[in-house]
Amino acid sequence: MSEPEKTFTMQSQIKLCAMVFSVVVIATALMIWASFLPPHYTWATKVAIILTIATVNAFFVASFLMHLLSEKKLVYTVLAFTVFFVIGLAGLTVWAMNDFPIGTAVH
Amino acid sequence: MEIPYTVQPRPDTGLYNAKLGIWLFLASEVMLFGGLFSAYVLLRTGAEPGMWPHGWLNVTLGTINTLLLALSAITTLLAWAACKVRDFGKFKFFHACTILLALAFLGIKSYEYHDKFIHYEIALSNGTFADGHLKEKSADFDLKKKTGTVTLEGHIVEDRKELMDLRTEEAKSVKHSELVIKAEDIKKMQNYGPWHNTFTAIYFTMSGLHALHILGGTLVIFYLWGPGSKMWKTDPERFTNRIEVSGLFWHFVDLVWIFLFPVMYLT
Repeated sequence: MSEPEKTFTMQSQIKLCAMVFSVVVIATALMIWASFLPPHYTWATKVAIILTIATVNAFFVASFLMHLLSEKKLVYTVLAFTVFFVIGLAGLTVWAMNDFPIGTAVH
Repeated sequence: MEIPYTVQPRPDTGLYNAKLGIWLFLASEVMLFGGLFSAYVLLRTGAEPGMWPHGWLNVTLGTINTLLLALSAITTLLAWAACKVRDFGKFKFFHACTILLALAFLGIKSYEYHDKFIHYEIALSNGTFADGHLKEKSADFDLKKKTGTVTLEGHIVEDRKELMDLRTEEAKSVKHSELVIKAEDIKKMQNYGPWHNTFTAIYFTMSGLHALHILGGTLVIFYLWGPGSKMWKTDPERFTNRIEVSGLFWHFVDLVWIFLFPVMYLT
Protein backbone atom coordinates (compact mmCIF):
# COMPACT_ATOMS: atom_id res chain seq x y z
CA MET A 1 0.00 0.00 0.00
CA SER A 2 2.61 2.46 -1.10
CA GLU A 3 0.28 5.27 -2.02
CA PRO A 4 1.82 8.75 -1.83
CA GLU A 5 0.95 10.26 1.57
CA LYS A 6 -0.20 13.58 0.08
CA THR A 7 -3.05 12.07 -1.94
CA PHE A 8 -4.11 9.72 0.84
CA THR A 9 -7.40 10.84 2.35
CA MET A 10 -10.37 9.02 3.76
CA GLN A 11 -12.45 10.49 0.95
CA SER A 12 -10.20 9.06 -1.77
CA GLN A 13 -10.37 5.62 -0.14
CA ILE A 14 -14.16 5.75 0.10
CA LYS A 15 -14.37 6.59 -3.62
CA LEU A 16 -12.04 3.70 -4.42
CA CYS A 17 -14.13 1.32 -2.30
CA ALA A 18 -17.36 2.46 -3.96
CA MET A 19 -15.84 1.75 -7.37
CA VAL A 20 -14.64 -1.73 -6.38
CA PHE A 21 -17.93 -2.61 -4.71
CA SER A 22 -19.83 -1.53 -7.84
CA VAL A 23 -17.60 -3.83 -9.91
CA VAL A 24 -18.27 -6.73 -7.53
CA VAL A 25 -22.04 -6.17 -7.69
CA ILE A 26 -22.07 -5.90 -11.49
CA ALA A 27 -19.77 -8.91 -11.89
CA THR A 28 -21.90 -11.02 -9.55
CA ALA A 29 -25.07 -10.05 -11.42
CA LEU A 30 -23.45 -10.87 -14.77
CA MET A 31 -22.23 -14.25 -13.56
CA ILE A 32 -25.70 -15.19 -12.32
CA TRP A 33 -27.19 -14.02 -15.62
CA ALA A 34 -24.67 -16.10 -17.56
CA SER A 35 -25.42 -19.19 -15.50
CA PHE A 36 -29.10 -18.94 -16.48
CA LEU A 37 -28.49 -18.58 -20.23
CA PRO A 38 -30.74 -20.83 -22.31
CA PRO A 39 -29.68 -24.44 -23.00
CA HIS A 40 -28.44 -23.77 -26.54
CA TYR A 41 -25.40 -22.15 -24.93
CA THR A 42 -23.15 -25.07 -24.08
CA TRP A 43 -21.95 -25.71 -20.57
CA ALA A 44 -18.37 -24.93 -21.69
CA THR A 45 -19.46 -21.52 -23.06
CA LYS A 46 -21.22 -20.65 -19.82
CA VAL A 47 -18.23 -21.70 -17.73
CA ALA A 48 -15.89 -19.66 -19.94
CA ILE A 49 -18.08 -16.54 -19.60
CA ILE A 50 -18.51 -16.97 -15.84
CA LEU A 51 -14.83 -17.58 -15.13
CA THR A 52 -13.79 -14.63 -17.30
CA ILE A 53 -16.09 -12.35 -15.30
CA ALA A 54 -14.80 -13.85 -12.03
CA THR A 55 -11.23 -13.19 -13.14
CA VAL A 56 -11.99 -9.54 -13.95
CA ASN A 57 -13.71 -9.24 -10.56
CA ALA A 58 -10.69 -10.76 -8.82
CA PHE A 59 -8.37 -8.42 -10.72
CA PHE A 60 -10.18 -5.37 -9.33
CA VAL A 61 -10.15 -6.70 -5.76
CA ALA A 62 -6.45 -7.65 -5.91
CA SER A 63 -5.37 -4.48 -7.73
CA PHE A 64 -7.24 -1.91 -5.68
CA LEU A 65 -8.11 -3.41 -2.31
CA MET A 66 -4.80 -5.29 -1.97
CA HIS A 67 -2.99 -2.44 -3.79
CA LEU A 68 -1.20 -4.90 -6.03
CA LEU A 69 -0.90 -2.28 -8.76
CA SER A 70 1.67 -0.41 -6.71
CA GLU A 71 3.56 -3.11 -4.83
CA LYS A 72 7.26 -3.79 -4.48
CA LYS A 73 9.11 -5.96 -6.99
CA LEU A 74 9.66 -8.73 -4.45
CA VAL A 75 5.90 -9.24 -4.02
CA TYR A 76 5.49 -9.62 -7.79
CA THR A 77 8.38 -12.11 -7.83
CA VAL A 78 6.77 -14.21 -5.10
CA LEU A 79 3.43 -14.13 -6.92
CA ALA A 80 5.01 -14.97 -10.28
CA PHE A 81 6.53 -18.13 -8.77
CA THR A 82 3.18 -18.99 -7.17
CA VAL A 83 1.25 -18.59 -10.41
CA PHE A 84 3.86 -20.64 -12.28
CA PHE A 85 3.64 -23.54 -9.83
CA VAL A 86 -0.16 -23.48 -9.53
CA ILE A 87 -0.61 -23.49 -13.30
CA GLY A 88 2.14 -26.10 -13.64
CA LEU A 89 0.73 -28.48 -11.07
CA ALA A 90 -2.89 -28.08 -12.16
CA GLY A 91 -1.97 -28.25 -15.83
CA LEU A 92 0.16 -31.37 -15.48
CA THR A 93 -2.55 -33.12 -13.49
CA VAL A 94 -5.27 -32.30 -15.99
CA TRP A 95 -2.96 -33.15 -18.90
CA ALA A 96 -2.23 -36.59 -17.44
CA MET A 97 -5.72 -37.45 -16.20
CA ASN A 98 -6.54 -39.75 -19.11
CA ASP A 99 -3.04 -41.08 -19.52
CA PHE A 100 -3.37 -44.75 -18.56
CA PRO A 101 -0.73 -47.42 -19.24
CA ILE A 102 -1.40 -49.58 -22.31
CA GLY A 103 -3.70 -52.46 -21.44
CA THR A 104 -5.49 -50.73 -18.56
CA ALA A 105 -9.06 -52.01 -18.31
CA VAL A 106 -11.60 -49.18 -18.57
CA HIS A 107 -15.00 -49.82 -16.95
CA MET B 1 15.42 -6.10 22.44
CA GLU B 2 13.65 -4.27 19.67
CA ILE B 3 12.35 -6.29 16.74
CA PRO B 4 13.73 -4.74 13.55
CA TYR B 5 11.68 -3.70 10.52
CA THR B 6 8.22 -3.81 12.09
CA VAL B 7 7.58 -0.28 10.82
CA GLN B 8 10.35 0.73 8.46
CA PRO B 9 10.93 -1.31 5.32
CA ARG B 10 14.05 -3.43 5.06
CA PRO B 11 16.45 -1.86 2.59
CA ASP B 12 16.95 -5.10 0.64
CA THR B 13 13.28 -6.16 0.29
CA GLY B 14 11.64 -2.74 0.35
CA LEU B 15 8.98 -4.16 2.68
CA TYR B 16 8.56 -4.35 6.42
CA ASN B 17 8.96 -7.93 7.60
CA ALA B 18 5.34 -8.72 8.42
CA LYS B 19 4.29 -7.69 4.94
CA LEU B 20 6.77 -9.98 3.26
CA GLY B 21 5.66 -12.68 5.67
CA ILE B 22 1.98 -12.35 4.82
CA TRP B 23 2.69 -12.41 1.07
CA LEU B 24 4.71 -15.61 1.45
CA PHE B 25 1.90 -17.08 3.52
CA LEU B 26 -0.66 -16.05 0.92
CA ALA B 27 1.48 -17.69 -1.76
CA SER B 28 1.26 -20.97 0.16
CA GLU B 29 -2.49 -20.45 0.49
CA VAL B 30 -2.80 -20.03 -3.27
CA MET B 31 -1.10 -23.40 -3.65
CA LEU B 32 -3.48 -24.97 -1.12
CA PHE B 33 -6.66 -23.68 -2.75
CA GLY B 34 -5.14 -24.18 -6.22
CA GLY B 35 -4.75 -27.88 -5.42
CA LEU B 36 -8.37 -28.10 -4.31
CA PHE B 37 -9.63 -26.28 -7.41
CA SER B 38 -7.61 -28.76 -9.51
CA ALA B 39 -9.25 -31.61 -7.60
CA TYR B 40 -12.63 -30.07 -8.37
CA VAL B 41 -11.82 -29.90 -12.11
CA LEU B 42 -10.75 -33.54 -12.10
CA LEU B 43 -13.86 -34.72 -10.25
CA ARG B 44 -16.09 -32.60 -12.43
CA THR B 45 -14.64 -33.69 -15.77
CA GLY B 46 -14.41 -37.29 -14.60
CA ALA B 47 -18.09 -37.51 -13.58
CA GLU B 48 -20.42 -39.68 -15.61
CA PRO B 49 -22.63 -37.69 -17.98
CA GLY B 50 -25.72 -36.39 -16.16
CA MET B 51 -24.39 -37.37 -12.75
CA TRP B 52 -22.85 -34.05 -11.69
CA PRO B 53 -25.35 -32.03 -9.63
CA HIS B 54 -26.75 -28.74 -10.89
CA GLY B 55 -28.68 -26.23 -8.82
CA TRP B 56 -28.16 -28.02 -5.52
CA LEU B 57 -26.98 -24.84 -3.80
CA ASN B 58 -29.05 -21.78 -3.03
CA VAL B 59 -27.90 -19.02 -5.42
CA THR B 60 -29.70 -16.28 -3.45
CA LEU B 61 -27.84 -17.14 -0.25
CA GLY B 62 -24.57 -17.46 -2.17
CA THR B 63 -25.12 -14.02 -3.70
CA ILE B 64 -25.89 -12.46 -0.32
CA ASN B 65 -22.70 -13.99 1.07
CA THR B 66 -20.72 -12.64 -1.90
CA LEU B 67 -21.96 -9.14 -1.16
CA LEU B 68 -21.40 -9.49 2.59
CA LEU B 69 -17.81 -10.57 2.02
CA ALA B 70 -17.19 -7.78 -0.51
CA LEU B 71 -18.56 -5.24 1.98
CA SER B 72 -16.38 -6.66 4.74
CA ALA B 73 -13.32 -6.37 2.48
CA ILE B 74 -14.20 -2.72 2.01
CA THR B 75 -14.70 -2.02 5.70
CA THR B 76 -11.32 -3.68 6.35
CA LEU B 77 -9.66 -1.33 3.88
CA LEU B 78 -11.43 1.65 5.42
CA ALA B 79 -10.33 0.54 8.90
CA TRP B 80 -6.72 0.58 7.68
CA ALA B 81 -7.27 3.95 5.96
CA ALA B 82 -8.68 5.35 9.22
CA CYS B 83 -5.49 4.26 10.99
CA LYS B 84 -3.40 5.94 8.27
CA VAL B 85 -5.20 9.26 8.82
CA ARG B 86 -4.97 8.73 12.62
CA ASP B 87 -8.72 8.44 13.25
CA PHE B 88 -9.01 5.71 15.87
CA GLY B 89 -12.77 6.12 16.30
CA LYS B 90 -13.41 5.37 12.63
CA PHE B 91 -11.02 2.43 12.78
CA LYS B 92 -13.08 0.97 15.64
CA PHE B 93 -16.29 1.50 13.71
CA PHE B 94 -15.12 -0.03 10.42
CA HIS B 95 -13.49 -3.03 12.05
CA ALA B 96 -16.62 -3.67 14.11
CA CYS B 97 -18.54 -3.68 10.80
CA THR B 98 -16.06 -6.22 9.39
CA ILE B 99 -16.59 -8.53 12.35
CA LEU B 100 -20.38 -8.29 12.09
CA LEU B 101 -20.33 -8.93 8.34
CA ALA B 102 -18.03 -11.92 8.81
CA LEU B 103 -20.36 -13.36 11.46
CA ALA B 104 -23.33 -12.84 9.13
CA PHE B 105 -21.43 -14.72 6.42
CA LEU B 106 -20.73 -17.61 8.78
CA GLY B 107 -24.36 -17.60 9.94
CA ILE B 108 -25.62 -17.99 6.38
CA LYS B 109 -23.03 -20.68 5.67
CA SER B 110 -24.14 -22.58 8.76
CA TYR B 111 -27.75 -22.35 7.60
CA GLU B 112 -26.76 -23.75 4.20
CA TYR B 113 -24.87 -26.63 5.83
CA HIS B 114 -27.79 -27.37 8.13
CA ASP B 115 -30.09 -27.46 5.10
CA LYS B 116 -27.85 -30.12 3.52
CA PHE B 117 -27.70 -32.19 6.69
CA ILE B 118 -31.49 -32.42 6.99
CA HIS B 119 -31.92 -33.12 3.27
CA TYR B 120 -32.22 -36.88 2.66
CA GLU B 121 -32.21 -39.22 -0.29
CA ILE B 122 -33.85 -42.52 0.51
CA ALA B 123 -33.56 -45.58 -1.74
CA LEU B 124 -36.78 -47.54 -1.40
CA SER B 125 -37.15 -51.28 -1.71
CA ASN B 126 -39.46 -50.87 -4.74
CA GLY B 127 -36.57 -49.31 -6.71
CA THR B 128 -37.73 -45.68 -6.48
CA PHE B 129 -36.11 -42.83 -4.55
CA ALA B 130 -37.62 -40.43 -2.03
CA ASP B 131 -35.91 -37.07 -1.77
CA GLY B 132 -36.65 -34.22 0.60
CA HIS B 133 -36.11 -32.47 3.90
CA LEU B 134 -36.51 -34.40 7.10
CA LYS B 135 -39.56 -33.35 9.08
CA GLU B 136 -39.80 -36.05 11.67
CA LYS B 137 -38.56 -39.45 12.76
CA SER B 138 -40.93 -41.52 14.87
CA ALA B 139 -39.72 -42.34 18.38
CA ASP B 140 -39.28 -46.01 17.53
CA PHE B 141 -37.52 -45.36 14.21
CA ASP B 142 -34.61 -47.76 13.75
CA LEU B 143 -33.27 -48.54 10.30
CA LYS B 144 -31.46 -51.72 11.37
CA LYS B 145 -34.43 -53.18 13.23
CA LYS B 146 -36.76 -51.91 10.49
CA THR B 147 -39.14 -50.25 12.92
CA GLY B 148 -40.92 -46.89 12.87
CA THR B 149 -41.37 -44.24 10.19
CA VAL B 150 -39.62 -41.22 8.81
CA THR B 151 -41.42 -38.16 7.40
CA LEU B 152 -39.96 -36.10 4.58
CA GLU B 153 -41.18 -32.96 2.83
CA GLY B 154 -40.27 -33.98 -0.69
CA HIS B 155 -41.10 -36.13 -3.67
CA ILE B 156 -40.47 -39.54 -5.23
CA VAL B 157 -38.52 -40.18 -8.42
CA GLU B 158 -38.02 -43.30 -10.53
CA ASP B 159 -34.38 -42.61 -11.42
CA ARG B 160 -31.62 -40.97 -9.34
CA LYS B 161 -30.60 -38.94 -12.40
CA GLU B 162 -33.80 -36.92 -11.97
CA LEU B 163 -32.30 -35.54 -8.74
CA MET B 164 -29.12 -34.29 -10.37
CA ASP B 165 -30.23 -31.23 -12.35
CA LEU B 166 -32.62 -29.07 -10.36
CA ARG B 167 -32.54 -26.27 -12.91
CA THR B 168 -34.57 -28.06 -15.57
CA GLU B 169 -38.20 -27.03 -16.12
CA GLU B 170 -39.22 -30.55 -15.12
CA ALA B 171 -37.40 -30.31 -11.80
CA LYS B 172 -38.79 -26.84 -11.10
CA SER B 173 -42.35 -28.01 -11.63
CA VAL B 174 -42.10 -30.85 -9.11
CA LYS B 175 -44.60 -30.53 -6.26
CA HIS B 176 -43.39 -31.46 -2.82
CA SER B 177 -45.63 -33.18 -0.34
CA GLU B 178 -45.40 -34.89 3.00
CA LEU B 179 -44.06 -38.44 2.60
CA VAL B 180 -44.36 -40.91 5.46
CA ILE B 181 -41.97 -43.79 4.82
CA LYS B 182 -41.82 -47.00 6.82
CA ALA B 183 -38.35 -48.19 7.88
CA GLU B 184 -39.10 -51.61 6.41
CA ASP B 185 -39.44 -49.99 2.95
CA ILE B 186 -36.04 -48.31 3.17
CA LYS B 187 -33.04 -49.87 1.45
CA LYS B 188 -30.63 -46.99 2.08
CA MET B 189 -31.03 -43.60 3.73
CA GLN B 190 -28.44 -40.89 3.49
CA ASN B 191 -28.36 -37.13 3.99
CA TYR B 192 -26.56 -34.66 1.73
CA GLY B 193 -23.47 -34.50 3.93
CA PRO B 194 -19.91 -34.69 2.56
CA TRP B 195 -20.26 -38.50 2.21
CA HIS B 196 -23.22 -38.27 -0.19
CA ASN B 197 -21.30 -37.97 -3.47
CA THR B 198 -18.19 -36.37 -4.95
CA PHE B 199 -19.96 -33.02 -5.38
CA THR B 200 -20.93 -32.72 -1.73
CA ALA B 201 -17.47 -34.01 -0.73
CA ILE B 202 -15.62 -31.30 -2.65
CA TYR B 203 -18.24 -28.67 -1.76
CA PHE B 204 -17.91 -29.27 1.97
CA THR B 205 -14.12 -29.54 1.75
CA MET B 206 -13.62 -26.29 -0.15
CA SER B 207 -16.34 -24.19 1.42
CA GLY B 208 -15.50 -25.62 4.86
CA LEU B 209 -11.83 -24.73 4.48
CA HIS B 210 -12.85 -21.27 3.31
CA ALA B 211 -15.21 -20.88 6.27
CA LEU B 212 -12.36 -21.86 8.62
CA HIS B 213 -10.28 -19.09 7.05
CA ILE B 214 -13.13 -16.67 7.68
CA LEU B 215 -13.34 -17.84 11.28
CA GLY B 216 -9.58 -17.51 11.80
CA GLY B 217 -9.51 -14.09 10.16
CA THR B 218 -12.43 -12.93 12.27
CA LEU B 219 -10.64 -13.98 15.47
CA VAL B 220 -7.53 -12.04 14.45
CA ILE B 221 -9.57 -8.98 13.48
CA PHE B 222 -11.48 -9.22 16.75
CA TYR B 223 -8.21 -9.32 18.67
CA LEU B 224 -6.92 -6.26 16.81
CA TRP B 225 -10.21 -4.49 17.36
CA GLY B 226 -10.33 -5.35 21.08
CA PRO B 227 -7.34 -6.15 23.32
CA GLY B 228 -4.75 -5.78 20.55
CA SER B 229 -5.77 -2.18 19.89
CA LYS B 230 -3.84 -1.08 23.00
CA MET B 231 -0.82 -0.84 20.72
CA TRP B 232 -2.42 2.20 19.09
CA LYS B 233 -1.40 4.26 22.12
CA THR B 234 2.22 3.11 22.21
CA ASP B 235 3.11 2.44 18.57
CA PRO B 236 0.40 3.58 16.12
CA GLU B 237 2.49 2.96 12.99
CA ARG B 238 3.21 -0.64 13.90
CA PHE B 239 -0.45 -1.10 14.77
CA THR B 240 -1.43 0.31 11.36
CA ASN B 241 0.89 -2.22 9.73
CA ARG B 242 -0.79 -5.03 11.65
CA ILE B 243 -4.15 -3.85 10.33
CA GLU B 244 -2.72 -3.81 6.81
CA VAL B 245 -1.40 -7.35 7.13
CA SER B 246 -4.66 -8.72 8.54
CA GLY B 247 -6.47 -6.83 5.76
CA LEU B 248 -4.36 -8.51 3.09
CA PHE B 249 -5.35 -11.89 4.50
CA TRP B 250 -8.98 -10.83 4.53
CA HIS B 251 -8.87 -9.68 0.90
CA PHE B 252 -7.33 -13.02 -0.06
CA VAL B 253 -10.22 -14.83 1.61
CA ASP B 254 -12.57 -12.62 -0.42
CA LEU B 255 -10.65 -13.50 -3.60
CA VAL B 256 -11.07 -17.22 -2.93
CA TRP B 257 -14.81 -16.73 -2.53
CA ILE B 258 -14.95 -14.78 -5.81
CA PHE B 259 -14.00 -18.07 -7.53
CA LEU B 260 -15.68 -20.46 -5.13
CA PHE B 261 -19.11 -18.90 -5.56
CA PRO B 262 -19.38 -19.24 -9.37
CA VAL B 263 -17.66 -22.63 -9.43
CA MET B 264 -19.89 -24.21 -6.78
CA TYR B 265 -23.17 -22.33 -7.16
CA LEU B 266 -23.36 -21.31 -10.80
CA THR B 267 -21.57 -23.79 -13.08
